[in-house]
Amino acid sequence: MTSPSSNARRVFLQKLLAGSAAAGLFMVYRHPVVAALTGDDGDKAPDHDFAFVVDINRCIGCGQCVRACNVENNVPEGQFRTWIERYVVTPSGVHIDSPQGGMNGFDEVDESLAEEALNTFFVPKLCNHCAEAPCIQVCPVGATYRSPEGFVLVDSEHCIGCSYCVQACPYGVRFINHEKRIADKCTWCYHRVSKGKLPACVTVCPTQARLFGDLNDPNSAVAKVRQADNWDVLKPEAHTESMCLYLGLQRVVV
Amino acid sequence: MLPNESLLNYYFPNEAEVHWSLMIVIYPYITGLVAGAFVVSSLYHVFQIKAFENISRFALVAAFCFGLFAAVPLLMHLGQPFRAFNIFFTPHTTSAMSVFGFVYSSYMILLMVELWLVYREHFIQKAKETKGMAGWVWKSLTLGVTEYTPEAARVDHKLTTFLAALGIPWACFLHGYVGFIFGSVKANAWWATPLQPIIFLMSAIVSGIAMLMLMYAFIRWRTKKPYDFPMIQKLMVFLWGFFIIDFFLEALEIIYVAYEHGHHWSVIGPLLSGPLYGTFLIVQLLVLSVIPFLILGYITIFKPWGRLLLYLANLASLMLVLQVLFMRFNVVVGGQLISKSDRGFTEFHWEFFAREGVLPAIIILSAPFVAFYVISRFVPILGDAPEAKQ
Repeated sequence: MTSPSSNARRVFLQKLLAGSAAAGLFMVYRHPVVAALTGDDGDKAPDHDFAFVVDINRCIGCGQCVRACNVENNVPEGQFRTWIERYVVTPSGVHIDSPQGGMNGFDEVDESLAEEALNTFFVPKLCNHCAEAPCIQVCPVGATYRSPEGFVLVDSEHCIGCSYCVQACPYGVRFINHEKRIADKCTWCYHRVSKGKLPACVTVCPTQARLFGDLNDPNSAVAKVRQADNWDVLKPEAHTESMCLYLGLQRVVV
Repeated sequence: MLPNESLLNYYFPNEAEVHWSLMIVIYPYITGLVAGAFVVSSLYHVFQIKAFENISRFALVAAFCFGLFAAVPLLMHLGQPFRAFNIFFTPHTTSAMSVFGFVYSSYMILLMVELWLVYREHFIQKAKETKGMAGWVWKSLTLGVTEYTPEAARVDHKLTTFLAALGIPWACFLHGYVGFIFGSVKANAWWATPLQPIIFLMSAIVSGIAMLMLMYAFIRWRTKKPYDFPMIQKLMVFLWGFFIIDFFLEALEIIYVAYEHGHHWSVIGPLLSGPLYGTFLIVQLLVLSVIPFLILGYITIFKPWGRLLLYLANLASLMLVLQVLFMRFNVVVGGQLISKSDRGFTEFHWEFFAREGVLPAIIILSAPFVAFYVISRFVPILGDAPEAKQ
């Protein structure tokens, strides 16, 4: 019993099935896993491959970088795209603080602590723009992405503010912007770099503890640091392929 | 006690706020109730546990009511709730979370189709009896199929069994997925374990069975109808069984991490002796696990009857629905208390009226019961005749 209406329904269902299969195949075809397996990475190698260098031996904890970042990027009060930690290592343990992200510098430590101190130094922190970024992996809508030049960025028009990326980041650099209610973090001042400038924090650092540049340029400071191979990354066990290279990083630093 | 020889409680500046708070605590709690209640209905439909015949429909309706509100806490939590549908439109397939929309909606569709099959005879009957507007509502619920033949009943029965069977792996998927969301976060020592999906699943089933027991007892008490003691007895045996697995896995995780004494223990040890000492060790593990475990063991082995069975079953069930709620809190919030600096703990601040505060959480948790009450005004949920055998 094939009435015209059931025939039409069958044709419709067939088309629906074919359409769904085609859409499914397209999604699979575009999937990064497939791209990795087939060696099809889509685009050609980018012109730039940026990296950041933090030299702990040079940082004086003045807080200029934090203040510049807050102004440059309108970071809400109490939230930080970059901050500075002060480490005081003693025989009985380690004392770490970062009052207001270190933006106003640091008061002197207690006398008793100072007497005990074996070693003390400042550690600037910021987004590591990981090559294997957990935040990109977990974003359910694809609002966090990695630009071809190596910037990990958030599409502020697309982010749903679920905070999964905040949970996934091993470095605590992400936060939900109180004002915009979306995920926020250091962009390495993408808006400046794309105009040929340096990130704000790099520009204002009086001791050149922060360096930024293109690894593809063999004369850049960052390329030389990488070449010298005496750098470390934070939490290497997280296997995120951090693009923030630290000089003088001590094991006590997390 | 502070972790890793820290002299000062230190957490990263952006960690002052616990990003996943009460809404993300009650989200897995409600989805768990969905999965758990569904499993009970499938125990009859698929595994032919006859004792649950009279509550299989009730379990299904309860699962549906919980399901209706499972996504509400997520919406309340999102920074941009109006963009929620991005998860359907632009799913980022490397993210475990991206499948949420599809898993959740397909599960709700499955639930609705099964409910429709179970109730369509009732809809047809009502459509024929009722006139006016109400009649049209009943008619629309029949989806235009107004004849119910013995042949149709046979097909329906087969379909229901099939859907109930399909629903079991789907419920596992729905809830295992929630556990996977947490278990796969390598940045969080308290979450990152492959046991997480199965722990979430088992606790989901436990909470679902226990909640059904409480609802059943309440309904029978309010309507002054007799209790089906063989059913209660059987339900408690299943509750005990699932809870043994659940509790064993929860304990295993802690024992394993403590014994392994690796990197994770350096923060989990201080977490358990510090911020989570009360809510996890004392309340969740000691009070709300050991006592119901003993009560359910007593019910299973010594088979009490009548009032005693009723009181014990209710007490154990109440403690277990709370146990699972505490478990959700201890996992979701507890994990975020650990600073990623590995040198201290952040603090969870309770809020009452805020968007993700206690009040909205209570309202959302109550909503499924209101929905259940409304639905139960219109369709028969618990059959009476067979349960009269005391």
